[in-house]
Amino acid sequence: MIELLGKLPGLGPRSARRAALHLLKKREALLEPLAQSLADAAAHVRTCGECGSLDTADPCALCSASSRDDGLICVVAEVGDVWALERAGAFRGRYHVLGGVLSALDGVRPEDLRIAKLVERARRPGVREVILALAATVDGQATAHFVSEHLSAIGVTVSRLSQGVPVGGELELLDDGTLLAALASRRAV
Amino acid sequence: MLEWIDDALVLGARPHGESGAVAELFARAHGRVAGYVHGGASRRMQPVLQQGNLVRATWKARTGDQLGHYAPVELVEPHAAVLMSDAGALAALASAVALVRAGTADRQAYPALYDALMLLVPALTEREIAPALYTRFEIGLLAAVGYGLDLTRCAVTGAAEGLAFVSPKTGRAASAAAGEPYADKLLRLPPFLTDSDAPIESGDVADAFALAGWFLERRVFDRQGVGMPDARRRLIETWGREGRL
Repeated sequence: MIELLGKLPGLGPRSARRAALHLLKKREALLEPLAQSLADAAAHVRTCGECGSLDTADPCALCSASSRDDGLICVVAEVGDVWALERAGAFRGRYHVLGGVLSALDGVRPEDLRIAKLVERARRPGVREVILALAATVDGQATAHFVSEHLSAIGVTVSRLSQGVPVGGELELLDDGTLLAALASRRAV
Repeated sequence: MLEWIDDALVLGARPHGESGAVAELFARAHGRVAGYVHGGASRRMQPVLQQGNLVRATWKARTGDQLGHYAPVELVEPHAAVLMSDAGALAALASAVALVRAGTADRQAYPALYDALMLLVPALTEREIAPALYTRFEIGLLAAVGYGLDLTRCAVTGAAEGLAFVSPKTGRAASAAAGEPYADKLLRLPPFLTDSDAPIESGDVADAFALAGWFLERRVFDRQGVGMPDARRRLIETWGREGRL
């Protein structure tokens, strides 16, 4: 158990030992419900064939919700990004999870990502805009450019998240790269 | 204890452990050197360790065969943030970095190649000069790893003017007059590669890619048992779409 826990992101061997001991001490309150929950997740959670997110249903709850706007597709790299955007509650359209970003270092190529499915979805009638919500990293933005090139022939509007000063951020404390990006993407007030 | 302090270009960084990262930097006097960066995956360090940034780094290791670690790593020029909004510039950066990573030996200095990168990276957003600088960088990479082309004079007549072809076998230039009868067997040498004042005509950048690509593939990557990096193919596609070839 310690060996397996140690393979989880954010847990090293020491923290895995502490987590295992804690679970064993709280057998009824934590260990057994957690084991049941893990078994349920393994049996029922699957990848949504439409957006690539995770859910117990396929299509997932976000894809089948009739209250969401079919004309907007927000493209993200990972399922965690969908959860982050849903936490913010600012987006009411559909999602598309690429499954990563292009990376020469990690050997991730365009065919490893769900780009063909995105193009197919963007071609559907009624789709007005594709929003590229990818990381402000070299790999994230290289992926955004690549996806945008593939969508340009469809005639759908392609936008990306802006980059700049975070809420609560003070200019003095920002790194030079963020300041440059903020200046480059300034807008009239 | 081994230790050096130098300016270096970030070739890449990948997370390692809970919050660290292994960064690969390219320094003028030390070449391509990997090292562990404590807190390298943190919110403070991630913007610094973006590919293409120039940093000032201190590398330390107890012995030469250890991975070593970088501490501190300070941002000098945030090139990545400038290039991010330009698809062609970002594709060129990815290609140049991929060629350096795949084509150079670990921990071996390539000062001329480093100087070429220092010229190239800040100029990648300048559409007029980036193709010439980039393709010259590829020719420079061939020279740096020991497979330089001889583009100074015609291999047949000895003439230094009117060079128009390169032999795919020897890598030596041929003049237009001497090469014309064998034009279908030779690689075209675009004038801007030998004369910095020559204008870049349509098709010249594609010819320069074909010329450098021929030798990079056969003399560098095939011999190492690795293929041409995908990033270079994507750069040619991107610049082709932008009408820059």
